[in-house]
Amino acid sequence: MIKIENLKKSYSTTVALDDVSLEVKRGELFGLIGPDGAGKSTLMRILMSLLLPDSGTATLNGFDVTKQHKEVRHVTGYMPGRFSLYPDLTVEENMDFFATVFGTTVKANYDMVKDIYQQIEPFKTRCAGKLSGGMKQKLALSCALIHKPLVLILDEPTTGVDAVSRKEFWEMLKNLKAQGITIVVSTPYMDEASLCDRIALIQQGKIFSVDTPQQMAADFAEDLWAIRSPKLYPTAQKLHDLPEMISVNSFGQELHLVTPKGVYSAKEISDFLTDKSETEIQIQPTEATIEDVFMLFMTQHHTTQP
Amino acid sequence: MREAVITVKNMVKKFGDFMANDNLNFEVYKGEIFGFLGANGAGKTTAIRILCGLSTPTSGEMKVAGFDIYRETEKIKRNIGYMSQKFSLYEDLTINENIRFYGGIYGIKPEERKRRSKLMLDRLELTPYADRKIGDLPLGWKQKLAFSIAILHEPDIVFLDEPTGGVDPVTRRQFWNLIYEAVERGITVFVTTHYMDEAEYCDRVSIMDEGKIVVLDTPDALKKQFNAANMDEVFVKIARTSPPTPLPNGEGRK
Repeated sequence: MIKIENLKKSYSTTVALDDVSLEVKRGELFGLIGPDGAGKSTLMRILMSLLLPDSGTATLNGFDVTKQHKEVRHVTGYMPGRFSLYPDLTVEENMDFFATVFGTTVKANYDMVKDIYQQIEPFKTRCAGKLSGGMKQKLALSCALIHKPLVLILDEPTTGVDAVSRKEFWEMLKNLKAQGITIVVSTPYMDEASLCDRIALIQQGKIFSVDTPQQMAADFAEDLWAIRSPKLYPTAQKLHDLPEMISVNSFGQELHLVTPKGVYSAKEISDFLTDKSETEIQIQPTEATIEDVFMLFMTQHHTTQP
Repeated sequence: MREAVITVKNMVKKFGDFMANDNLNFEVYKGEIFGFLGANGAGKTTAIRILCGLSTPTSGEMKVAGFDIYRETEKIKRNIGYMSQKFSLYEDLTINENIRFYGGIYGIKPEERKRRSKLMLDRLELTPYADRKIGDLPLGWKQKLAFSIAILHEPDIVFLDEPTGGVDPVTRRQFWNLIYEAVERGITVFVTTHYMDEAEYCDRVSIMDEGKIVVLDTPDALKKQFNAANMDEVFVKIARTSPPTPLPNGEGRK
């Protein structure tokens, strides 16, 4: 559905995309995962034909995004990172506006947006600017869907959205995928990355890895330990002195310690902490999550250049 | 009995007929990390703005850093730091210029400001970039800088409204290390977040729903009470699943 070859894009001296190649299959739920400034939004804008690359090619449903922008926009729905509906138009007026722009009506394509739009329809006479975060997001998704697109491009749709609304949002994405829509989504939430069919890890304009989230987690090459103690922060400080330590990070109620494969046993780490007068330490090997994969990836491709 | 730095009794804030804060009662203790959680539109930002002296409550008794919320808002503002969910530094000023500006507002003497500013920039590894415009920095850097500037005047309490929204997992943890360091210096932290792993890092958390505080306890006690494996499960069990009520005209988030 989407084919990207050797895309490059720079803004003055900053390289936003550095020779990116990628394919997204029809009907796939594809995640773009990377830190701020990695190039995710730039890639999405190029796919939407809103931005021209310096070199390279990208096609969407067979249309060249640099030459066939009308065709591209007709088959794609886009939710930019920032809320970008008309705040002083009502819910209903925003829907009508986007339908009209694409030469259709809300009525004609109602079945497409019904499941999502019904949740905000009771408030259809309210100005979009006065909706709560979760509702704005549902309206934005409804507006992106009103012309029955084949592809949805969603730039951090759940940033600033609470945990319950996020779960609802991903349920909606699952339903849209079931209807055959191809979805490209970026997110800073690692639990959401694991809900994608495949994900790409991006850093500094380069794609480092593309795979299913399950395979990426299974390929975690180092030893990973889950550690609990009464006070995590001081325990983490002490673990920084463990000679072969790769990284130690807080993961909710426990710490995740990464050490090179086969170097330490649980007992050795436990003894190390006991020597540093830590008590009530629980340590056990644990399975990597996408968050662990991402953090190791960031540690290995670390840069201090803003 | 622990010393309370924030005392809230029967706090009510109405916008017309809409009850944004419906009789809130809680205390925040000196030196703790207090997590103030809730779904979008639950009334968190409204309450924070009142506690920072930026908005007047409809009724109730509140003290922040020992000062009365109705009569002593200027004293409150001098003794707290506030990082709003919208980025609050000047994008077209450099890092140094922003520090000078905030130092000036809080009346920090130039020599002292230079001393603190050097410590801060060294800690953030931003010293080589001190003359860069804020607008050119990645979001994660901006957020760490905004937090550090919010506590430059060494306030008793710092209010953080979704400081890590949209920030990647590595930078979020760096941000939390800054929070722990502030706590070690004796600053009380009042923080909102949508990341439930961050809720685990708080000493106590409250969860709001439709303007009310539904629960307030340590993360461990809440997990026991709701028979949940983590705070995410606790949150999902508490926060409403019905479509939220829209905010009233003229007020609300973002």
